[in-house]
Amino acid sequence: MLSRTADHLYWMARYTERAENIARMLDVNYQMSLLPQGGDVMEQSWIATLSISDLMEAYQKKHDTVTPAKALAFMAFDRDNPSSIYSCLAAARENARAVRGTLTSEAWETLNSTWIDMRKAVTRYSLGAEIADFFEWVKYRSHLTRGVIQGTMLRDEAYHFTWLGTYLERADNTARILDVKYHLLLPRGEGAGGVVDYYQWSALLRSVSAFAIYRKVYRDLITPRRVAELLILTDDMPRSMHRCMSQVYMHLKAIANSQSAETERRAGEMHASLLFGRIDSILEMGLHEYLVEFLARVADLGERISQDFLVPSPIR
Amino acid sequence: MPAPTPYNEMHAAEGGVRNHYQAFDKWLASTSTEWLAQKRAEADMLFHRVGITFAVYGEDAGSERLIPFDVVPRIIPADEWRKLAAGLKQRVRALNAFTEDIYHDQNILKAGHIPAEQVLQNSQYRPEMQGVDVPNGIYAHIAGVDIVRAGAGEFYVLEDNLRVPSGVSYMLEDRRMMMRLFPELFAHYPIAPVEHYPDLLLDNLRSVPPAGVNDPTVVVLTPGSYNSAYFEHAFLAQQMGVELVEGQDLFVNDGFVYMRTTRGPKRVDVIYRRIDDDFLDPLAFRPDSMLGVPGLLSAYRAGHVTIANAIGTGVADDKSIYPYVPDMIRFYLSEEPLLNNVPTYMLRKEEDLKYTLAHLHELVVKEVHGAGGYGMLIGPSASKEQIATFRERIIAEPAKYIAQPTLALSACPTFVESGIAPRHIDLRPFVLSGKEVTLVPGGLTRVALREGSLVVNSSQGGGTKDTWVLER
Repeated sequence: MLSRTADHLYWMARYTERAENIARMLDVNYQMSLLPQGGDVMEQSWIATLSISDLMEAYQKKHDTVTPAKALAFMAFDRDNPSSIYSCLAAARENARAVRGTLTSEAWETLNSTWIDMRKAVTRYSLGAEIADFFEWVKYRSHLTRGVIQGTMLRDEAYHFTWLGTYLERADNTARILDVKYHLLLPRGEGAGGVVDYYQWSALLRSVSAFAIYRKVYRDLITPRRVAELLILTDDMPRSMHRCMSQVYMHLKAIANSQSAETERRAGEMHASLLFGRIDSILEMGLHEYLVEFLARVADLGERISQDFLVPSPIR
Repeated sequence: MPAPTPYNEMHAAEGGVRNHYQAFDKWLASTSTEWLAQKRAEADMLFHRVGITFAVYGEDAGSERLIPFDVVPRIIPADEWRKLAAGLKQRVRALNAFTEDIYHDQNILKAGHIPAEQVLQNSQYRPEMQGVDVPNGIYAHIAGVDIVRAGAGEFYVLEDNLRVPSGVSYMLEDRRMMMRLFPELFAHYPIAPVEHYPDLLLDNLRSVPPAGVNDPTVVVLTPGSYNSAYFEHAFLAQQMGVELVEGQDLFVNDGFVYMRTTRGPKRVDVIYRRIDDDFLDPLAFRPDSMLGVPGLLSAYRAGHVTIANAIGTGVADDKSIYPYVPDMIRFYLSEEPLLNNVPTYMLRKEEDLKYTLAHLHELVVKEVHGAGGYGMLIGPSASKEQIATFRERIIAEPAKYIAQPTLALSACPTFVESGIAPRHIDLRPFVLSGKEVTLVPGGLTRVALREGSLVVNSSQGGGTKDTWVLER
């Protein structure tokens, strides 16, 4: 297939996934803000959210203070913020439009409808209690988009590039969500088990649809160690880093070309280290350090994928 | 001189409903205005969702417009279509023969039927194409011929679009929309299908490969997703199952054209291009073009790739060449033209200029190279000032203009603000030339939605209608 087509599909999928994960991250912040706690904790939590998304600088250009309402508006609806949900859905749709002939009509219409409704959503949802409905809607549209792709697209290269984008983005986003929360929660001490902690951890798990999964897998108290293990190493947890990297590796193998061997090897190496890794050694190294390194390796993989497949290459 | 009474497609002059509209009329009488309005709103919503829209520059980012769709179809009886189809095929055969002749022996010029300087000094004449052989001698693989119907119901060809005619996707989507909104109507009428157009188009493109290629790779070349016809480019590529490429996706190496794929370069044999000649190859034409492919012309001249439509077809659809099409039909085919040309005054001729300047208030004056309904004077509806300004422009450069009598374009009932009311329409059927000349029974009917307006172009308030050719 055309390199440019592959590029658009890959980014269409990444932006769709990113919009969903931003909604998840904002949702957990919003849920936590309903708990009894001091204003400084709230502010810390929003600062952490903005920082982990590399958006602090852009935010400060527009706003002097960090308040939940301003931060929410900035990350959900701000057109000037290239990582807002609004901008991500716009970018997903623009990429889809550029390859609408490669997508099935159902897939294209789903992405296009999402965008048409997003434009209306800016005025429809207030930043109050309704905002939770908006996050639900974003997640729902993302589920629908993936479902339509899964249910209608030919299993050809286009399909693999689409899922490659989805899983690489999700690997990145899960690592970020875990980092931002773990960072905030851990100083309270492992297994402290206060009521607030319980809600904080369960909110984090819910933000990646992992609360019920946690119960099923561990049938025990929620502890930070196990939360990290679930989100990093558990293969059958659909949003875990391990799961994402095994999918990235699989789709990469399916599209291999004459110059992609090294990229494939690096993806395989990441997958293997998650497959055989142990949570104790990760925590020993320091979770934050581990996640930062992981994010760098995801970024490296993204660049290599661009070079191997997506950038129009001269004749060799 | 008041414009003559237009021919009404549905109602005869005596007030009765024409035979082929009777079943529709009965159906229409059983509907309410509110229900039709609701159906039209449903159509708008669907067109938005499917993305049959075009971006409007300078407006709110992301805002896109629809070309208005009218729910009242334009119906053409079987016998009228037979005559039209035969005339269209004849015309396109002659136009292809003319283009081939001009870029080779120029017999028609030698025989004195057309003044040589008319052709060779025309800005649409491409000297680069002189002596270049193209597969099957076909230049206009896809032709969109604009046809109007005047006062007494007779058809005229208004212009031949042989460069990158657009609109066929609306022919197909309007049909799909009508079937979705009003399935019950299709039970009452033997409506000839048009849905196979993309198959015919692909067959047609595959029938003209470069020499030595048996299983050609076909692509559609688009200027990109910001072009107003982008939907159509993507639609046709998808329907044909071929790649939709931009100039940046192609490159020329050793005289052959390749596309950049995830598995390396892949040779391209037939390019259905939706980019004007000027932008095709920055090395040969406009050097500032970012849309084209450097070296494409040389690959083309070497016979290594087919470009559809060929480079240089503009020489045959220019408004200054239009008056000679009946002569071409006689010259190349030894047949009498089946379709009428509109009588045309060529203002480079002194007597025609004199007549035109004296009758500006009753004529339509057009720029020879104009398109899209721009640069036009419609005498009967123009103000004194507009006529005076145009007069000066004509006197300054008479050769830039032609003039024609104002035709009372036929009117078709149309659903507008005030309910169902007559509006002027035209028709653009699409004629394909490859191994043979074919066309699907139908075309794009454009309608001027403003009361009294004769301008059907979508850029100037025109809409579209589904076009029904009856099978019996």
